[in-house]
Amino acid sequence: MTVESGQLFLQGNEACVEGALASDLKFFAGYPITPSTEIAEGLARRLPKTGGVFLQMEDEIACISAVIGSSWGGGKSMTATSGPGISLMQESIGYAAMSETPIVVVNVMRGGPSTGQPTRASQGDVMQTKHGAHGDYQVIAFAPASVQEMFDFTVDCFNYSEKYRVPAFLLSDAEIGHMRGLLTIPDKIKTVRRKEVGVRRSDEAYEVSNELVKPFPTFGRGNKAIVTGMTHSNEGTIEPENWRVHKDLVGRLSDKILKSRRDINKWELINEDAKTIVVAYGSSSFGPRDVATKNPDIGLLRLKSIWPLPEEPLSEVAGRCDQMLVCEMNLGQLYDPIKRVALESGCKKVELLSKMGGEPPTPGDVRDRLRKMGAL
Amino acid sequence: MEVFEFFRQDSWPHLFCPGCGNGTVMNCFQRAFSELEMDLSKTAFVGGIGCSSRIPLYINSDAMHTTHGRAIAFATGLRLSRPDLKVVVFTGDGDLGAIGGNHFINGCRRNVDLTVICINNNIYGMTGGQASITTPHDFLSTTTPYGNKEYPFDLAEIAVAAGANYVARWTTRHVHELTKSIKAAIGKSGFSFVEAVSQCPTNFGRRNKMGEPTALLDWFKDSSIRRDKARAAAIDHVDLNLAGQITVGEFVNRDRDSYEKLIGVGNNGD
Repeated sequence: MTVESGQLFLQGNEACVEGALASDLKFFAGYPITPSTEIAEGLARRLPKTGGVFLQMEDEIACISAVIGSSWGGGKSMTATSGPGISLMQESIGYAAMSETPIVVVNVMRGGPSTGQPTRASQGDVMQTKHGAHGDYQVIAFAPASVQEMFDFTVDCFNYSEKYRVPAFLLSDAEIGHMRGLLTIPDKIKTVRRKEVGVRRSDEAYEVSNELVKPFPTFGRGNKAIVTGMTHSNEGTIEPENWRVHKDLVGRLSDKILKSRRDINKWELINEDAKTIVVAYGSSSFGPRDVATKNPDIGLLRLKSIWPLPEEPLSEVAGRCDQMLVCEMNLGQLYDPIKRVALESGCKKVELLSKMGGEPPTPGDVRDRLRKMGAL
Repeated sequence: MEVFEFFRQDSWPHLFCPGCGNGTVMNCFQRAFSELEMDLSKTAFVGGIGCSSRIPLYINSDAMHTTHGRAIAFATGLRLSRPDLKVVVFTGDGDLGAIGGNHFINGCRRNVDLTVICINNNIYGMTGGQASITTPHDFLSTTTPYGNKEYPFDLAEIAVAAGANYVARWTTRHVHELTKSIKAAIGKSGFSFVEAVSQCPTNFGRRNKMGEPTALLDWFKDSSIRRDKARAAAIDHVDLNLAGQITVGEFVNRDRDSYEKLIGVGNNGD
């Protein structure tokens, strides 16, 4: 392992650096952008000392492209940016999904659209994470809510991107990225490596069904791999005119993630039997957590992963409670899909607390709203 | 290496039109590669989007067919994480100089050990003949029906200015010189760039009264001038390429340390 176990006091972005190194990161390409730059700066210092490569590229498009290229060499590869950078990267994120390239993309979200609020937190990129590129595909996204989770979920991002050959996002924000706190690095960290053509290991990735995730033909091993963003068969031949190949491929890209929700999704539940449940994730969960821990009548479902949408816990909670409140730092991006699941599961009322401008919803904001809903 | 070993026979027939210059450049590349006695299990070929960017898919090695304009960026990541592989990029004028211009300039500047071969057919061929950044002034295309009023880019001059270690330009009429330059480029440590001015009879020639492939090749022959013979003209002429003359030759052959060497990654064969 390339990081030492023990306790550290550091910034969320610095914890992400530790998590990436603990996951055996081999290649990072970045471009300066607030509020994610500390990740690039940290890796510029640390990565070369572990035998990895740090590269500052000419723009974010080049970063994501280089990261995908590097991943085909077989090593774990990552980039970190914020909303405008993600917007630029979208075409190649779609390429990574189509070519089934394991990569990790860290998005330290800031207020948008456009240049927006570079130094303030937001959750405005929830939908562009899932639907940013053209076409149908699925990704994995974790939403950390502490310095510790910036580390833990970075490791998870690598593990799941390797296991499912898919882009995995660490969906952080300026609040979490810049907050300082305690990080405990454990003695043992579980890391997963992709299943490779012609290589046999006793890894978790080998348990994934062959039907949905094919072994990875690493470059430079005589695989004569064909990697393409065009519609292709399982053997790599280009078949842009074949409707069945297209349907099967795009269907499989979605299925391999959606059918693995129980393996991927993580969440936390406080006061699960409460009749009013607040749903939140990342820094929008700070306020709700304070309210729920002080009031047994208010429950909190904190989503640790948001894509694929954790339908199982949402549906279970929605079936038990009378009303739900979704707290977000956007105009309701995750609210709509959550509302669909909740209403289908029998919950009668689902409301949105939208906090805009850079400050996470405070306990006061949440209590005011819950009073109006008759829960307090 | 035999032609049949070098190319993937299972992907034949290729998609290039009759008379296309891509076959000539592929042939030159295969000859250069064979003369260097290189191993296809220690290479990777990267392309962007466009006709020439499809060439990697026909070579019997690992191939990456990437997004439009980004081939050099993909290749940079691959090469830096696998310095044991010789990475070659096939690209076209639109892919390299228009949408990928930023990566081209910075690739030359960064000097990662890549060989970039640009087949410049002066047109967007795959999409049906739209003007590109190298379409000569006043020439016709589907998007310049009244003549191209922009001035063309000189890709080789950009590569020289941006710092590539090796820069050469030939046309598909210069097969021996082109083969020799490809060989030199592959053997070079650092960023090497070979521009092959090539014919697109279907989408460039037909609209510009040169519908026969041979008409375009004759035009290349008549308008090509070796740099050593045209040095004065080359210095004060910005729009050299096809604006009356095609300056060809080996423009730069220098030995700045490659990026890999400077950051201490892998071994780049020197």
